[in-house]
Amino acid sequence: MSQATRVVRNLYRDSVSLMQLSASLGKMSGVEQASVVMATPANVNLLREARFIDGEIAAGPNDLLIVLRGRSDAELGAAMESAEKALNDVPRSHAEEESAGAMAPKSIEMALSAAPAANFALISTPGEYAAAEAMKALRLGLNVMLFSDNVSLEDEIALKRLARERELLVMGPDCGTAIINGVPLAFANVVRRGAIGCIGASGTGLQQVTCLIDRLGLGISQAIGTGSHDLHKSVGGITMLQSIAALARDPETAVLVLISKPPAPEVAQKVLAAASKSGKPVVVNFIGADASAVQGKHLFPVTTLEEAASAAVALARGRRPTTPRVPANGAIAVRLLPTQRYIRGLYSGGTFCYEASLLLGRMLGDATARVWSNTPVVKDDALPDVWHSREHTIIDLGDDLFTRGRPHPMIDHRLRNERLLSEADDPEVAVILFDIVLGFGAHPNPAGEIVTAIGAAQARATKKKRQIAFVGFVCGTPADPQNLERQESTLRAAGVQLAPSNAAAVRLAASMIARKGAARTSRKVAVTR
Amino acid sequence: MKNLLGQPLHVINIGIASFSEPIRAAGAGVTQLDWAPPAQGDRALGDSLARLVRHSQVDEANEQAFAAYAAASPVLEGIGIARDCLPGMKDRMILHAGPPISWERMCGPMQGAIVGALLYEGWAADAARARSMAAAGDIAFAPCHHHNAVGPMAGIVSPSMPVWIVRNAQSGNVAFSNMNEGLGKVLRFGANGPEVIERLHWMRQVLAPALQAGLKVLGPLELKPLIAQALHMGDEVHNRNAAASGLLFKKLVPALLGSGAPTADIAAVAGFIAGNDHFFLNVSMAACKAMLDAAADIPGSSMVTAMCRNGVDFAIRLSGTGAQWFTTPAPVVNGLYFPGYSIADAAPDLGDSAITETAGLGGFAMAAAPAIVKFVGGTAQDAVANTMAMTHITLGRNSGFTLPALNFGGTPAGIDARKVVDTGILPVINTGIAHRKAGIGQIGAGVTRAPLACFTNAIAALARQVSV
Repeated sequence: MSQATRVVRNLYRDSVSLMQLSASLGKMSGVEQASVVMATPANVNLLREARFIDGEIAAGPNDLLIVLRGRSDAELGAAMESAEKALNDVPRSHAEEESAGAMAPKSIEMALSAAPAANFALISTPGEYAAAEAMKALRLGLNVMLFSDNVSLEDEIALKRLARERELLVMGPDCGTAIINGVPLAFANVVRRGAIGCIGASGTGLQQVTCLIDRLGLGISQAIGTGSHDLHKSVGGITMLQSIAALARDPETAVLVLISKPPAPEVAQKVLAAASKSGKPVVVNFIGADASAVQGKHLFPVTTLEEAASAAVALARGRRPTTPRVPANGAIAVRLLPTQRYIRGLYSGGTFCYEASLLLGRMLGDATARVWSNTPVVKDDALPDVWHSREHTIIDLGDDLFTRGRPHPMIDHRLRNERLLSEADDPEVAVILFDIVLGFGAHPNPAGEIVTAIGAAQARATKKKRQIAFVGFVCGTPADPQNLERQESTLRAAGVQLAPSNAAAVRLAASMIARKGAARTSRKVAVTR
Repeated sequence: MKNLLGQPLHVINIGIASFSEPIRAAGAGVTQLDWAPPAQGDRALGDSLARLVRHSQVDEANEQAFAAYAAASPVLEGIGIARDCLPGMKDRMILHAGPPISWERMCGPMQGAIVGALLYEGWAADAARARSMAAAGDIAFAPCHHHNAVGPMAGIVSPSMPVWIVRNAQSGNVAFSNMNEGLGKVLRFGANGPEVIERLHWMRQVLAPALQAGLKVLGPLELKPLIAQALHMGDEVHNRNAAASGLLFKKLVPALLGSGAPTADIAAVAGFIAGNDHFFLNVSMAACKAMLDAAADIPGSSMVTAMCRNGVDFAIRLSGTGAQWFTTPAPVVNGLYFPGYSIADAAPDLGDSAITETAGLGGFAMAAAPAIVKFVGGTAQDAVANTMAMTHITLGRNSGFTLPALNFGGTPAGIDARKVVDTGILPVINTGIAHRKAGIGQIGAGVTRAPLACFTNAIAALARQVSV
């Protein structure tokens, strides 16, 4: 095993460019792991914790750090060379091309003097610097989307209070997606414009609801992300409350959807009161909360993202929402052995993982059946070793535990593919459940990435005279760069059983297990969805 | 949310560059930042800086400071003797360039120049004695800036040296500078041989009285129009003073001839001035100092009022923090070296002459001086680019100093330390390079940058001063 480390001084590149570079280096011959990061204290620590480096690294936050591990020095040398070539090869930014000779802006203030009409700052710097950039943006009169995570609660509160005082909006921190005035921001999907305004504390939750609304034929007026801590007691839902008020006034918005994990009770009360006061129908999905807790005029509680979308669409069409019926879509045959009893969920979206754990726990309907996870619904179900599944396991591969020193699974599928193969080797596994997330920022062909692993897994299982059911869903739209239909047909061709939503996929997976349990002697199970 | 929903969206994208594309594709405006962590990733400083951006107290103080600088009207009043006219100048005192420094830490050229000054003053009989006096603490050393003065390179001013007197007619403050000796073996590069000392005596005994008599005839000479004219003639009045020296010469010679000074002296003085293209530099520096002192001491202001170097340290002052120096090691200039010399021979950056850049001249007015861009290692385009880059770290443009190459736009002036730290764009300085050994003289020239650490330290101090 060889290792190579290089520091490139005073070269700053953004995290997505670096992830893409890491991913492409990781695919080079003889390279087992590749990590290209800015040498911030946080990044260096992560690499150290992942035992990717040891000892001190003489590099600072403005220096770029390349760490490679692999078979031989020669192969790592070649990879290092290609890394440096790629880093030197960065295309000139648009701004530079547009006015050759003019300097690309280096501060928000400088950008504002070039573009005085700017009204919005999208901030995706490393977390330790994000709050300062957001503070500057607010002071300069800009609304803010903080894509960055690792911003302290204290900073979040200070930023949001300042924003409220100045009648500006702060989305985030940790806000992965938003659609403002029809413009997709960060990891957003291309959805129709329409009359439904969504406000969500969860990025993938917002993506799912907006995409399902699109699938149901309607569109979005605004999709506002609040960041995952907004409904924390100490933040008090500042962004959610501002957004509800703004959408209440917005003439384009007829129906509101709120998506969040259950807020602190006093915050929930304020949010629901504001929602009720909006005068517009408001669909409320406090994921995992008791729907009966949501009461008030104009409020429509739902329990899944799928229901949130369908309720909003019904209300926008002037109908009362009904619980979506599970359409019977024909039977699909899967051969399961009696020993194959468990579902393994391999998720790239955190909210999908959480919703799946929750729904599966309810659907199994067996007090003794547990759903293990690295992000469990109840603490007791925390997976003791996140690298090894047991019984029913639903994991979020986007969790920090898995992304240390490597790119997020929405960009780089290697980790999930490896995990998928090892799950398939487990003779107790019946169903492998997964999400595919489309949209800007996601992998250009995620279905293509996973079907190679599925093919390999099926081949290995067949040798052991087993079949595995692969159940998935695609969160996306036909207008997304990856194209929903193309992604779905790739998956279908690989034998994946597709559901239109996460909730439907979980139902489908659960029904396979349930049917199997009901007919223990049957060798062939017909399932419907 | 008064300016978001239903309004045209224009996004400033900070961080992941690929986020720009979908925004642009959706028809919204997007401006991509070429971002790197400010202050070399010093997070606490970055947080302080963020709270100073669009800070009303700072903005108002800066407006006031810049207005005072812009309104200043430096006038050449005459020539005096340092001991008589420099405030606080004491008997056994020697002033030097840059921030305070002890004898032991001084660079070679500065020590050499101080030895020369001791010989010139007659305090020491020889160089060895001069060194031991300096080392023994018999001489008080102080920065020129502490006595309203500036001096190029070593910047040595001793009590009996003649100094230029420049008054800001607008607010009455006065600034001083020593007189330029020419090139070659000169005190400011640390030379202290007999011909150097002899020249210094001649400057006091002949040059200064003649010029003083001439200036009496001429009356107070307004320097801003003269500098403005020189900018239109290819000077940036730091590293190129050929035009300004010529303009001054044109004013002085008729006045000298009418002054009643001895003809032989007038001939010698005229010959001396005509032979030195840098003669005006020291006048330019005093004028800049007079303009910037007008902007000093306004609480809360982040405007830089001085940048200077002593060959060891680089330092700046902010208006808001008054006399406090923010100091960091001076860089060695990676410039063009005369044949036979290299960066290994160079002393770190030296001299008070960066006062010109602080005032929006020198490197900030590089667009005016394409003739010397090769000398400092660049192209005519670089010259314009350098000036344009400085517009991003300054509070305004000096409409008194216009640049033909920029369509007669004013020079960028009034460095805002906040903007320096926020953008990472460092003030550009045109400079000569001294040999690190005393007395060898100038060995090159180039463009250098003021080091970031001065500005981050200054911002930290300002953040403590104003409530953030």
